[in-house]
Amino acid sequence: MTFTPRDYAGQPKWIDEGYKSTGLRGPTKPLVRIPLGRGELAGPRFGQDWVGPLDTDLTRNGRVNGEPLGERIIVTGRVLDDFGRPVRNTVVEVWQANAAGRYIHKRDQHDAPIDPNFRGSGRCVTDDEGRYRFLSVKPGAYPWRNHHNAWRPNHIHFSLFGPGFASRLVTQMYFPGDPLLALDPIYNSAPPGSRELMIADFDIDTTEPEWALGYRWDIVLRGRDATPMED
Amino acid sequence: MTNRMPQTPSQTVGPYFAYGLTARQYGYDWDQLADGRIARDDTPGPRIRVFGQVFDGAGAPVDDAMIEIWQADASGRYPDEADFADRGAFHGVGRCGTGADPSLRFVFDTIKPGGHDGEAPHLNVCVMMRGLLLHAYTRIYFADEEEANAADPVLALVPEERRGTLVARALGGGLYHFDIAMQGDDETVFFDV
Repeated sequence: MTFTPRDYAGQPKWIDEGYKSTGLRGPTKPLVRIPLGRGELAGPRFGQDWVGPLDTDLTRNGRVNGEPLGERIIVTGRVLDDFGRPVRNTVVEVWQANAAGRYIHKRDQHDAPIDPNFRGSGRCVTDDEGRYRFLSVKPGAYPWRNHHNAWRPNHIHFSLFGPGFASRLVTQMYFPGDPLLALDPIYNSAPPGSRELMIADFDIDTTEPEWALGYRWDIVLRGRDATPMED
Repeated sequence: MTNRMPQTPSQTVGPYFAYGLTARQYGYDWDQLADGRIARDDTPGPRIRVFGQVFDGAGAPVDDAMIEIWQADASGRYPDEADFADRGAFHGVGRCGTGADPSLRFVFDTIKPGGHDGEAPHLNVCVMMRGLLLHAYTRIYFADEEEANAADPVLALVPEERRGTLVARALGGGLYHFDIAMQGDDETVFFDV
């Protein structure tokens, strides 16, 4: 038993000309390929008990004295492996800016308001069909000084473990129709044909009347494979 | 490879992961899944502390990196699902950001893992940070395990002159120092896992 290989053709490169910080941070020497042993095939397995009742509801888990401001959204989808099988009982962690494009992170100096009723982080565990679901508000765009007039598109950060240490993934979900996508070096670090996989679909069936807009986004991790990797 | 679904691309963890992934460590008033304390009070095995910094290609310590550890217990066994059902059990997983420490270090308090399958005792490591678009895998081996390291099949795949980048310096008293260099002459060996 092993994992399907990481598909480097569909992944960003370590050093990306457009995303300046990669210049001093991406490894420059070739990776050393190693066979997957128990340490790579096994991985942390946080279950349903690790999620509190408000962890999936970002519209409530940061409330102090009222509702968070912004457009309420429901973000849902399935975590699948690359054979299309559901990844069950795996933890999904999310964090995001508030509707004004401000993180509560202590270092975020963007001159946009902090929402006293919005924290912007949560987690959930996928069900038997690999489904996850969060309630939140739509994150705003914000400047990031990578280049002149650089603005990050609206996005939500996602962190997933999957079945093993080798299936770990940290990524970002983007929103359809965002004009900043074409200009964003981080989004564009993934090659054409792959980067679009990070854009959620607006979904009227997920949308709840009189309450929140719905977005669907499926995430595909490396799958457990009985065929050993070739050297 | 027919009919395979394409894998979702990776993206940087960004500079603002702290309140999402390492909240308690950075002083936010809510929980995080794992932290720098991997061993519990009743975990059997020799106590160790592993600490270090992450350096960028200019030799500057990185203040917005996050290190994750996944390790076997002292007998070389990885925790399974049943262990995770018990919040107080040894889970073998650690997570630590570099920005909360005045010296920009990651610090893990754990037990020395046992070797397994012919592999020397080691910690499996994921490195994430702003400016890193894919997480980088590496391992931490221990300088005082010379014999086991010499027989380790993964270290054997690494060019000899670079193996030292995977070995933590033993300072005595269970203290180990392991720096991660993203680039440069002493660039840490990263694995294609």
